[in-house]
Amino acid sequence: MKPDDPNLKRVEPPKLTLLEKTYLPQILGGLAVTGRHILGSAIGGKAVTVQYPEEQHVPTANYRGVHRLNKDEQGRVKCVACMLCATACPAHCIDIVGATAPEDWPDREKYPESFVIDELRCIYCGMCEEACPVDAIELTGLYDITGLSREELIYDKAKLLSVFDMTKDAEPMKTGNPPASLPVPTSPLDPEGPGPRTTVPAAQLPSRS
Amino acid sequence: MATWQIAVILVKIFLIVGLFQGAVAYMILLERKIAAWAQDRIGPNRCGPLGLLQPLADGAKMLLKEDVIPGYVNKPLYILAPAIAIVMATIGFAVVPFGPAGLDAPTVNGNPIHFQIAPNVDIGILYVFAIGSLAVYAVILGGYASNNKYSFLGGLRNSAQIISYEIPLGLSVLGMVMLARSLELNDVMSWQDRNGLGPIPAWGVFVQPLAFLIFLVSAFAETNRLPFDLAEAEQELVGGFHTEYSAMKFGMFFLGEYLHVITVSFLTVILFFGGWDAPFLGVEDTSWIAAVLKVGVIFFKVTLMVIFIMWIRWTLPRFRYDQLMNLAWKALIPLALLNLVVTMVLIQLFRGVG
Ligand code: SF4
Ligand code: SF4
Repeated sequence: MKPDDPNLKRVEPPKLTLLEKTYLPQILGGLAVTGRHILGSAIGGKAVTVQYPEEQHVPTANYRGVHRLNKDEQGRVKCVACMLCATACPAHCIDIVGATAPEDWPDREKYPESFVIDELRCIYCGMCEEACPVDAIELTGLYDITGLSREELIYDKAKLLSVFDMTKDAEPMKTGNPPASLPVPTSPLDPEGPGPRTTVPAAQLPSRS
Repeated sequence: MATWQIAVILVKIFLIVGLFQGAVAYMILLERKIAAWAQDRIGPNRCGPLGLLQPLADGAKMLLKEDVIPGYVNKPLYILAPAIAIVMATIGFAVVPFGPAGLDAPTVNGNPIHFQIAPNVDIGILYVFAIGSLAVYAVILGGYASNNKYSFLGGLRNSAQIISYEIPLGLSVLGMVMLARSLELNDVMSWQDRNGLGPIPAWGVFVQPLAFLIFLVSAFAETNRLPFDLAEAEQELVGGFHTEYSAMKFGMFFLGEYLHVITVSFLTVILFFGGWDAPFLGVEDTSWIAAVLKVGVIFFKVTLMVIFIMWIRWTLPRFRYDQLMNLAWKALIPLALLNLVVTMVLIQLFRGVG
């Protein structure tokens, strides 16, 4: 668009009146706003602070905290070592060593022999969760992980599976063999909480072109 | 001068310096609290009940931290700057009355005890302003000696700012000075007490409202507080003149700034809010009870003023540099001159009233 294009709409900043030029009405208005907030939080108890160690913050259902590796009904790791999460990860912090699945696991060819996530390198973007075709990896609401060394925060398969055991009651798996009777939320960010996600057939998705 | 008089002065000095330094510690806590409240937070509340021991922890931190002197600084000036900041901020209190002084001072055995370190200085206001402008050396020298672009910019901005705002600051108090016919702060207070119109006291804010606004704005600029903290400007100048300072040297700049805030609050209260003047107190009350009440009143007003200054800080964004200069030269100085002329004319017309 050229600068002299007739369609170009020029917006002039509004002229200030004399009173406005003294800044005084605006300053008084501003003082009223901050005054309301100061009194509100000093006396009215409107402060949003969570007194952390005593009160625990409960993150929303779609919060992205520490990962977990989900287990299926038989207690086996759900992951099929397809490497999609490791490929999608922008921080390259997932390291998977896949192996041929045992004979008595007929539903898959491979399983992860080792599955390591460096929680310090992770940027908690959730790409791995998006990428996983079998919903084996999920981000939980745990946010207060600590460690005394870098090594402690490199989570291996056992640790990631134990995160699942810790969080499976509070945060049920988002998908995976749900009974057909469960209500299906209309949006993945449904505030009703985690539940099975609707999958939109590719044909219905808006085209990108 | 008798020995006991010197003793009284020494006691006053220790009292005032100790009190105000302690007050500064708690002002920092108050500022943090107000900041927190304005942002819907709670603020420091872990250190002692309601966080009241926080200033001790802050002070200990300042004292115990490593005092880094970068290798590239101009060492003598670098060390001198924080010292200037704190010395100038402290000696400004010498002529600031914190209670009845002069005519209405209470007496012991017929000897008046003035609530002022250096009583009866004829040019009290001039002295305070002179000291206030010397304090800018701390910022300029600190910025220059740090040998750092950001600090230097901060120092430069500050020097231009102070030079510009000294003028409206000085002009705006002249109105009150002419009305009270004295440069002494006590006389200004007693004038405001004596000349009320019925229930309305003749406080500066009523008789010189324009001067009050100009004074307030210039005072904010003088103390380097938001919205005029262009010398610090964390977001643009990473702290400005005190970027290179650490530990107690940084703390001294802080102390100086807050002491300055106290001085400015005192001046505002004395010049424009009647000082110790309250409906039930008059210049003729020279009893000790009245004196204590007067001290209480003035400290109460000063506390409100300090809170107001902090409230403003968390309300207004920083001015741009050209806006700052425009405000001083194109608005405040002409207005202050106008105010001065109008006051002069009115005083001439109504001679004997003021
Ligand atoms: S959350 Fe993002 S960064 Fe972290 S492991 Fe998953 S894909 Fe990688
Ligand atoms: S976690 Fe999911 S995406 Fe990652 S390897 Fe396992 S099955 Fe594939």
